[in-house]
Amino acid sequence: MSRLVIESRPERTVWAPIQVSLLAVLLTCLGGSVLFMIYGVPPLKGLDAIFIDPLRTSYGVGEILLKMAPLLLIAQGLAIGFRAQIWNIGAEGQLIVGAIAATALAIQFQGTTSPLLLPAMIIAGMMGGMVWAGIAALLRAQFNANEILVTFMLTSVALQLLYYLVAGPMRDPSGFNFPQSIRFDAAAKFPILIEGTRVNASLFIGLVASLIAVIFVQRSLVSYKMSVGGIAPAAATYAGYSSKKAIWLALLISGGAAGMAGVGEVSGPLGMLQRNISPGYGYAGIIVAVLGGLHPIGIIFASALMALVYVGGDFALLSLGVPNAVTGIFQGMLLTFYLACSFLLTSRIRWIKPDALKQEAPAD
Amino acid sequence: MVETPLLRLRGVTKAYPAVLANDAVDLDVMPGEIHAVLGENGAGKSTLMKIIYGSVRPDAGTVEWRGEQVDIQSPLKARDLGIGMVFQHFSLFETLTAAENISLAVPGTIADLSTRIRAASAQFGLDVEPDSRVQAMTVGERQRIEILRCILQEPKLIIMDEPTSVLPPQGIAKLFETLRRLASEGIGIIFISHKLDEIKALCDTATVMRGGRVVGVVDAKVEDARSLTRLMIGREIAAPSHSAERGDGHAVLEVAGLNHTPLDPFAPALKDISLTLRSGQITGIAGVSGNGQDALTRALAGEIVQGSQDAGTIVLEGAELGADTPDQRRTKGLHFVPEERLGRGAVPIHTLSENTGLTTHHAGLVNWGMVKLGKRRALAQGTIEAMDVRCGGPDATAQSLSGGNLQKFIVGRELALRPKVLIASQPTWGVDVGAAAAIRQKLIDLRDEGAAILIVSEEIEEIFEICDTIQVMFRGQLSPPVQAQTASIDDVGLAMAGDFDALVLREAAHV
Repeated sequence: MSRLVIESRPERTVWAPIQVSLLAVLLTCLGGSVLFMIYGVPPLKGLDAIFIDPLRTSYGVGEILLKMAPLLLIAQGLAIGFRAQIWNIGAEGQLIVGAIAATALAIQFQGTTSPLLLPAMIIAGMMGGMVWAGIAALLRAQFNANEILVTFMLTSVALQLLYYLVAGPMRDPSGFNFPQSIRFDAAAKFPILIEGTRVNASLFIGLVASLIAVIFVQRSLVSYKMSVGGIAPAAATYAGYSSKKAIWLALLISGGAAGMAGVGEVSGPLGMLQRNISPGYGYAGIIVAVLGGLHPIGIIFASALMALVYVGGDFALLSLGVPNAVTGIFQGMLLTFYLACSFLLTSRIRWIKPDALKQEAPAD
Repeated sequence: MVETPLLRLRGVTKAYPAVLANDAVDLDVMPGEIHAVLGENGAGKSTLMKIIYGSVRPDAGTVEWRGEQVDIQSPLKARDLGIGMVFQHFSLFETLTAAENISLAVPGTIADLSTRIRAASAQFGLDVEPDSRVQAMTVGERQRIEILRCILQEPKLIIMDEPTSVLPPQGIAKLFETLRRLASEGIGIIFISHKLDEIKALCDTATVMRGGRVVGVVDAKVEDARSLTRLMIGREIAAPSHSAERGDGHAVLEVAGLNHTPLDPFAPALKDISLTLRSGQITGIAGVSGNGQDALTRALAGEIVQGSQDAGTIVLEGAELGADTPDQRRTKGLHFVPEERLGRGAVPIHTLSENTGLTTHHAGLVNWGMVKLGKRRALAQGTIEAMDVRCGGPDATAQSLSGGNLQKFIVGRELALRPKVLIASQPTWGVDVGAAAAIRQKLIDLRDEGAAILIVSEEIEEIFEICDTIQVMFRGQLSPPVQAQTASIDDVGLAMAGDFDALVLREAAHV
C-alpha cells in the first residue's frame, strides 16, 4: 500500500518558510473565494479587486508603499523580540505614544523652519515608544510579569491617553473643537519621496531599518545570544547569557521601531495628531513578522503583501461594495493559515509509493 | 518447537530519510527469558524497541505476539497486549509529580499510588519520592520513575532501554534480582545495554545489532566480552592509556565552605562543600544522581551565583570568582560540559558552527559586536576533525547528530580552548563504547597537559578508570578525597549510600 507520511526534515532549509508563506497565501485565496461566493461576488473578481487591482495604477502602488512603511518598521522590530520568544504585542500602543511624543515637539516649535525639528521629532517618537515598551520590560525583568498581557493592556492605556490629549491639551485652539491637533508645518513633515504620490521618506527609513536588521540578525553577537535564549533557555544559562538583557533589548528595539512608525504617520499622510492615527498597523505588524518567517528579507515581502491587502480592501469596498472588514478577515486568514501550516517548517510530507516499500522489504 | 515465543519479529524494516534504521530484523523472545539487545548508538536498537512498543510503525515485516500476528498501532495497544517499556529518553511530564506521572499510565488514586510507589521503591531499591516534581529531578531519578511506572503496570514483556547506567552498584544488583524474579514468573525481558559484563551476568540470549542489521544471536553466558565487542562494533577498542600523574600538582581551583539551598524543596542543599582541583589530576565525584551534583556543577560553572555571606569561596588560580557569570569564568579558563547535551550543551536547531559560538565567542571570534562567521566555522570544522565527529559538516544541525557524536562535539568544543579547569558532568552517559573511549582518552590527554579536571559520573567503573582522586557525594555533602589506586570499589559504593566512614578509615590506613 502507498501512504502519506509526515517526517521531520533532516536539515534546516531556507525554502521551508517560503513554502509555508506561499501555502498560506494560497489557502487565504481559497478561503477568500468562499467568502466572496457567500457574498454573491464572483471569487476571481473579488480576488482580482484585492490582489491585482491596486497594482494597476500608480496611485494604488503609491498607497501600498505608503502603508508598507509603518508595517516594515514595526515588523522588523517585533521579529527581533519574537526570535527570542519575547512577545511584544502592543506595538499599536507604542506607535501611539511615539506619535504623541513627536506631536508635542511639533506643537512646541510651531512656526519654526529649522531642519532639526524633524530629526528631533523622530528621536522623541522613538523614545516615546521605548518608554511605553520599557514599562513592560521592567515589569517582566523585575517581577516576571507576562509581557504579552502588559504590552497588550498598555495599548488600551495609550489609546485613552491619545483621546484625552487630542480632546484637551493638544487640541488645536482654532480647530472648532474637533479632536485633533494643529496641522503640522512643513518642517515637521517628511518630504515626499515619489512625486505624485503620498509616499514619504519614512519608507526610506523602513528600508534602512531592514538593512540594519539583516546585518544584525546574521552577524551580531547580541542577536545570536537573544536567539539562543529564545530557542533553548537552558543553553543560554549554560553559556552565561543574561535573559534580562534580552528582555530589555527586545522590548526597547521593538518599542522604538513602533514609535518611529507613529512619527511616520503624524508627520506623513496625516500631518496632525487625531483620534485615528493607525488602522491597526501595530497588530498587522505581528502578522507581517510571523508571515515573513521572522526573517528581515521575508518581512520586506510580507509587509508589501499586507499593505496590498489594506489597499485592496479599500478597492474592493469601492468597486464591489463588500464591507471593508474584508481587510481584517484576509489578514486574519493569512496568520491562521500560516500558523496551521507552520509544522511544515520542521517537518515534511512524503508520499511513499508501493514499489518503494517492496524494495525496502527483505528479499527472502 | 515446544514453546511459542512471547514475541517474534520477522523481517522488520524501518527507513528514515537519512538512514535505514532497521534492515530485515528478526527477534525471538521466549516467556521468562532475559534477552539482551546489544549494539552501539545508532545500531537501530531504539527504533526496534519503538516498533515493538507501537510508537513507530515499521515499513515492512511482521510482529507476532504469543503466536498470533499483530499490528501494534500505538503504545496503548502495546500496553493492552502486556508490553511495557522503560525509555532511555524519558517520557515524563515535567510539571507533574512522580505519582501524578505514574497515575497517567496506572489506574488508581494518587494517594493509593503513592503507597504502592513507596512499597515498590523499597522492594526494588528504586528511591523515588512520589510527591516530588519531575522538573526538579536529575536523569537518574527520572529513570527510576520510568522503571516503577512500568513495573506497576504488571506487564508480560518489559523492554528496558539502558536501565543501569544511572544506578549505584548495589542498585544494579538489586535491579537484576528483581528482573530475575520477574523472569522466573514467566515475564519476558528485553534488556538493552552496551555494558557487556551486565549482559553476561543477567541475560540468557543476546541479539547483536550493527548498522540496523542483526549480526548475531549468541548465548550470553558463553561469549566473552571481547568477542561480543568485536561482534558489536566490528573491531577491537583499546582501553584508555593512563600515565602517572603529570604537572606540579598545584591547586588550580579551590572551593571552600560552599553552601547553597536550591529553590526547589526536594532538591538537596549543598552543605559546606570543600574541594581542591589540582593541575594534572582528574578528580571524580561519584554518587547517585540527585544528591546535589547538579547544584555543585552549576555553582562551579557560575550558573548559580553565590549571594549570601556564608556562601563560601571559589578561587581560580588565586583569584576569587565571586559573582562571575559562566562566560566570564570561561574567559578565565574554566570550562564546563553539562549533563544534558541537546538544549543545554547545544541548541538543537542551530548548526554546529553556531553551536561552537555558544562557549567560544570570547576567543577572538567577535569584532565590533559582529561574529566572524568564517573563523567560527573553521573552529567548528577543527573540532569535528579533532574529535572524529560523524556528521554532515559544520552546517549540520545539532539535533541531526547521534547522542555520542554530539557529546564528542561538545567535549571537543570545550577542549579546543585549552581550559585550565574542565568540569564534565556525566561525560559518557548514554554514549556508545567507541565514542566513550574516545572522550575518556581526550580527557586524560588534557590532564597530561596539566589541566585540572572534575568528572561527575554515576558510572563507578568510569570513575575508577580515569580518575586520580575520588570523592563521593551524598545528600549535598562531599566525602573527603581518596586515591583512586588505593580505594576499593565496595567502600565507594557504601559511601554512595551515605556511609563515608569506611572510605575515610581506609584512606587513613594508607597514609
